[in-house]
Amino acid sequence: MKTLRTSLAIGLIVASAAPVQAASAPPPGAASCSGCHAATSQAIPNIYGRDADATRSALLAFRNGSMPATVMTRIAKGFSEDEIGSIAAWLATQK
Amino acid sequence: MTQKNHTSRREFLRAAAAATASLALASPSLAQSPARVVVIGGGFGGASSARALRQLDPSLDVTLVTADRQYVACPFSNEVIAGDRAIEAQQFTYEKIAAGGIKLVAQMAQTIDPQARTIGLADGSTLRYDRLVLSPGIDLRFDALPGYDEAAASRMPHAWKAGEQTLLLRRQLEAMDDGGVVAIVVPATPFRCPPGPYERASLIAHYLKTRKPRSKLIILDSKDAFSKQRLFQAAWQELYPGLIEWVALSQGGKVTSVDPATNTLVTDFATHHVQVANVIPPQRAGRIAEIAGVTDKSGWCPINPVSLESTQVPNIHVIGDACIAGAMPKSAFSANAQAKTCAGAIVALLAGATPTSPKLINTCYSLVAPDYGISIAGVYQPRNGLFADIEGAGGTSPLDAPRDVRAREAIYARSWFETIGAEVFG
Repeated sequence: MKTLRTSLAIGLIVASAAPVQAASAPPPGAASCSGCHAATSQAIPNIYGRDADATRSALLAFRNGSMPATVMTRIAKGFSEDEIGSIAAWLATQK
Repeated sequence: MTQKNHTSRREFLRAAAAATASLALASPSLAQSPARVVVIGGGFGGASSARALRQLDPSLDVTLVTADRQYVACPFSNEVIAGDRAIEAQQFTYEKIAAGGIKLVAQMAQTIDPQARTIGLADGSTLRYDRLVLSPGIDLRFDALPGYDEAAASRMPHAWKAGEQTLLLRRQLEAMDDGGVVAIVVPATPFRCPPGPYERASLIAHYLKTRKPRSKLIILDSKDAFSKQRLFQAAWQELYPGLIEWVALSQGGKVTSVDPATNTLVTDFATHHVQVANVIPPQRAGRIAEIAGVTDKSGWCPINPVSLESTQVPNIHVIGDACIAGAMPKSAFSANAQAKTCAGAIVALLAGATPTSPKLINTCYSLVAPDYGISIAGVYQPRNGLFADIEGAGGTSPLDAPRDVRAREAIYARSWFETIGAEVFG
């Protein structure tokens, strides 16, 4: 275990210094979210780093209409349950 | 360079750790030049794309070529025209983009050689690229409407690129007597911001109603239908009864010529002498797209919707208003979403991988009054070489929504602008 931690630590140092890809690629649809949700603004929440289950539940509730909203009820209908799960998991890993 | 795929952060860290040994052994590869990506155009599309490229792969050599030292945003510029917003709120600089490791070149790109992959700049110097992103926005067609040339725009402002034109239209409205007629001339599609002329009509109507109530506004339209039409028209009836007249194509709305000396607009059926003429002319992709050879006969740029790469010239990607995006409208939100998809595709292509098929979202708010917002949203995926609507998703605000929902959408509209401004330029 200690060896694994050490190698992870070395990996992190190398990752920050070497020309490797910095961010994992977002699943389909997720790249668009930051157009509204990247910052904490007056009314629209920042959804990055939020618990994946909470995001997934909210998106599913928007999709089936059980949670009222303005645009999110219309947007969530464009995604399958699997896609929603992937988007929620990816958003949770982002700052 | 690691291959781009859908990994979680944990998987990525594991891969990074596993890569430690191979990186140590493969030090000669570190001496290779980083891949060069040049982005031309400093608006919502171009600036977003430059940032997304560096975010996805900090090793990339990214250059943003933009002739202007600041960007003046079109979204919300209709509020400036209506006197409810300062132009300064529309202005963004590139300082923070440069601070993020992106090279800024404040010059016009004048030539592009797709074979040599070089760009000729106004000062005579040359930039090389491995991949080029064009986000040139629109050019106004000063050859399309008889009488309306570049000089005419100083009498009959288009205000379709934000900045001095926005302020000129504002000043003309301020100078107009109560009881004057304002005309908005709308071209046939496609053009930047499909609901924009009708938001503008709404906010000018709000100004007239509160400041010059004997005045009228006429929309002379080259189309028989428009974005969010039923919502706009219901709101006009409620908020501005009798103030706005919309003349559709089939009612003789198409303006066939103009005379800037007398502020006259001519259609097949009538001649309108007005006090303020806002003429939005037909448009095409920004000139550099034509120079690069990526425009087709329509004046716009066909692309592969998976990679946003031109279907006409390899290694050149076109995003934002200039590209032919099918169901995706020409909006700042679309440009931003396309920029991030394009950046992901470029990182994949540079790594020798195939970009995955994306899904994109657009959200577009319009203000009908300062506290009355409406919206349209869509979700899109590539189909038959274009972005197509995902059926069952998207659509407009409900027609029967109460006023508190309209007020909330106006708040969301402002929050959206605040967020996207910060994401792209802040």
